Amino acid sequence: MELSKNPGQLLSSIATNERHGENSPYFDGWKAYEENPYHPIKKKNGVIQMGLAENQICFDLIEEWIKKNPKASICTAEGVDEFKNIAIFQDYHGLPEFRQALASFMGRVRGGRVKFDPDRIVMSGGATGANELIMFCLADPGDAFLVPSPYYPAFDRDMGWRTGVQILPVDCDSSNGFLITKAALEAAYEKAIEDNIKIKGLLLANPSNPLGTLLDRETLTSLVSFVNEKNIHLVCDEIYAATVFKSPSFISVSEIIEEMGSEICNRDLIHIVYSLSKDMGLPGFRVGIVYSYNDAVVSCGRKMSSFGLVSSQTQHLLASMLLDEEFVGNFLEESSRRLAKRHEMFIKGLEQAGITCLKSNAGLFVWMDLRLLLKEQTAEAEIVLWRVIINEVKLNVSPGSSFHCTEPGWFRVCFANMDDHTVEVALKRLHAFVRQEKAGGN
Amino acid sequence: MSLLSRKAICNTHGQDSSYFLGWQEYEKNPFDEVQNPNGIIQMGLAENQLSFDLLESWLANNPDVAGFKRDGNSIFRELALFQDYHGLPSFKKALVEFMAEIRGNRVTFDPSRIVLTAGATSANETLMFCLAEAGEAFLLPTPYYPGFDRDLKWRTGAEIVPIHCTSSNGFRITASALEEAYQEAEKRNLRVKGVLVTNPSNPLGTTMTRSELNLLIKFITAKNIHLISDEIYSGTVFNSPGFVSVMEVLKDGDYDKTEVWNRVHIVYSLSKDLGLPGFRVGAIYSNDDMVVAAATKMSSFGLVSSQTQYLLSALLSDKKFTKNYISENQKRLRKRQRMLVMGLGKAGISWLESNNAGLFCWVDMRHLLHSNTFEEEMELWKKIVYDVGLNISPGSSCHCTEPGWFRVCFANMSEATLNLAMQRLKNFVVEYSTANGHKRLHHSPKNSKKKSLTQWVFRLSSRDRDRESDR
Repeated sequence: MELSKNPGQLLSSIATNERHGENSPYFDGWKAYEENPYHPIKKKNGVIQMGLAENQICFDLIEEWIKKNPKASICTAEGVDEFKNIAIFQDYHGLPEFRQALASFMGRVRGGRVKFDPDRIVMSGGATGANELIMFCLADPGDAFLVPSPYYPAFDRDMGWRTGVQILPVDCDSSNGFLITKAALEAAYEKAIEDNIKIKGLLLANPSNPLGTLLDRETLTSLVSFVNEKNIHLVCDEIYAATVFKSPSFISVSEIIEEMGSEICNRDLIHIVYSLSKDMGLPGFRVGIVYSYNDAVVSCGRKMSSFGLVSSQTQHLLASMLLDEEFVGNFLEESSRRLAKRHEMFIKGLEQAGITCLKSNAGLFVWMDLRLLLKEQTAEAEIVLWRVIINEVKLNVSPGSSFHCTEPGWFRVCFANMDDHTVEVALKRLHAFVRQEKAGGN
Repeated sequence: MSLLSRKAICNTHGQDSSYFLGWQEYEKNPFDEVQNPNGIIQMGLAENQLSFDLLESWLANNPDVAGFKRDGNSIFRELALFQDYHGLPSFKKALVEFMAEIRGNRVTFDPSRIVLTAGATSANETLMFCLAEAGEAFLLPTPYYPGFDRDLKWRTGAEIVPIHCTSSNGFRITASALEEAYQEAEKRNLRVKGVLVTNPSNPLGTTMTRSELNLLIKFITAKNIHLISDEIYSGTVFNSPGFVSVMEVLKDGDYDKTEVWNRVHIVYSLSKDLGLPGFRVGAIYSNDDMVVAAATKMSSFGLVSSQTQYLLSALLSDKKFTKNYISENQKRLRKRQRMLVMGLGKAGISWLESNNAGLFCWVDMRHLLHSNTFEEEMELWKKIVYDVGLNISPGSSCHCTEPGWFRVCFANMSEATLNLAMQRLKNFVVEYSTANGHKRLHHSPKNSKKKSLTQWVFRLSSRDRDRESDR
């Protein structure tokens, strides 16, 4: 099969550039896992997957609900009378009951402290689709968004690949617990102006991936002030909102703007990205949303949502589920409790191995501090250590540099995508590894 | 709102045009056999509602699927977590086999070359992102699906240059029309990256002939450009000459050994053939590894729900079901189209007689225009919406260069409703002809008025609306 002489020339630059970010060496960890996945019986020495921020903690609750509510499915005898109506429903406004259910769920996740308007909910193909969509609405190619680092690696792809938008990282480090400060943002903003880069907004992941921490009221308020001063947008990716398992409780930007009032905060600047992939553990269902306080963004975003609508079958199922207030209340409580338990088990185990983590109270992972195990405090040494952890300790963890962390030695380690037994095996391996390293006179 | 992007402010999404009128009017006053018998009948919706009973009975016989079970075991967890952009292997296999079956198994498809997307809307946009830079162009034969303006141009920045087709030859693509379009693009300083055709055609409701397909292959070979064949209506062919996919022509011509093989890409969807637009199931099929690789990564922005992939993999793997569905669906479409055209005949209205596919008919109302202009087409259209109470799609919304043509859908309503629609149309024509006398259509020569009209037409017709449904 002869390819044309310049196969790349006939394709777009987007198709042939690397901005999808998937050729980075960090996928080696995934490859190692895929080639040799751990199994408690068949592959006891396989690689344990700890690079996957999945929430597998509460499937039983959802499965039980589905069993008890056959009408929510359009495929069961009880629900099939809705099949035709649902199968032809492709209105990009989404099923009204779905939007209602999402608005209600989002409110519950925030302890009922704010109410969400179903008419401001715009569907998208997962948070992946939502982040891209909001960028298409807010920024032109070449414009930039400030993003505190460390940040989720795929933001580069989601926000910038097809949109042409740039990410300008605002580096945070352990000197202050990786907190983002207004001063750091000001500095980054000024530098961008010097470099002739147009900043269109700030993107925050709150709760943070990979840190698992929350922004406190003061910080969030100062960030909202910041964007108002500069007249730039604020996009808050709140997809981990319901994974908060310990106090302090989650404070959403939606609460802050309520407190500030519309004279101080221009609501046209405020947008939230949400998803059910983490809070409910349903990444396969591709439920993402953009919630914007800006009418023009809602209107434009809705038209763009045609490119990534949620399957009506899925909308129908989840609408029923999330409108079941008893189920939701029980789910949120139980999920929180189980995550807390798992988190506790994990960090205690790490402590016993002499490993500390950044203090966190949310997310499906911990931000593990292995700086003491680095041969030198460099990114290269971090990668060397990482390869050892994958190949010898056989744990797929994510190195901080993949999150654009400027301080070497930090690793994100997921704990909610496996059972208790596997967690114990992982902890044992880490324990053994650290002992070995220490004995080796490190 | 200068705070937003240019894309957000512009109206390339095309949804601001006055053609929304028909939809708005329908929504204000929708026909209902019982509740609102004088309401507007929706005939602008290219939906296939004829065969749901077949799907529903399949579901009744396959309860495992409903309960997220496979062989009695729960696979809920597996599905809930499944977000691999390579797609559910069993679904891709079932999908490509279904595509082959629709093509009489004269071609087969490799599941590893299929990329799943959230509907054909997403598939078309994704292909544009892969094949064209902002500012580059694709040639499209007119008339074409109005949604292409949004899907192909809006966020990609790509351009569409029309290949003009006319009733003089049944709206077939000709070599000279292709060449003219190419020259037009050059004049506008646009680099042409490919041709996109819809086969079977929306809005024409016809399948492309082998000679048209060969012409296209010759053309893209000569110009060294891509061909996208949007085949989402391939399973709706209800009359001869039958469907010939571009893949078949390539295979028959031994093109798989040549460069052009890699430049032909197919778009598919289950929205029309299976009548499942709500499920958002689209696909790109390409022989080019790089396109498959890039499109697969891009599909992250619009994956198909795993729940839906699973349901459909079970459905389409049932060969007994698919065989029966394909043939029964075709039968029903044929019967329904016949009802429509008989009704048109009684009203003295003709249509594109090569109509052998699709969920609609391309209807000729030129004789009802007072003059051969798009203003007149608009006037006639408004009358049909308001006075006759039928929402049909005017040809100018599909970028047709000839006024007087309308797309009329027939598969989204009951037989009784269709009959009523035809009765209303007949009554209208009788009254109209009586009031206006019989006006002969004079084909107006090219002149400056037509030039300014063309701009107006494109401005007004770059529209879409709230729903996907006008495909």
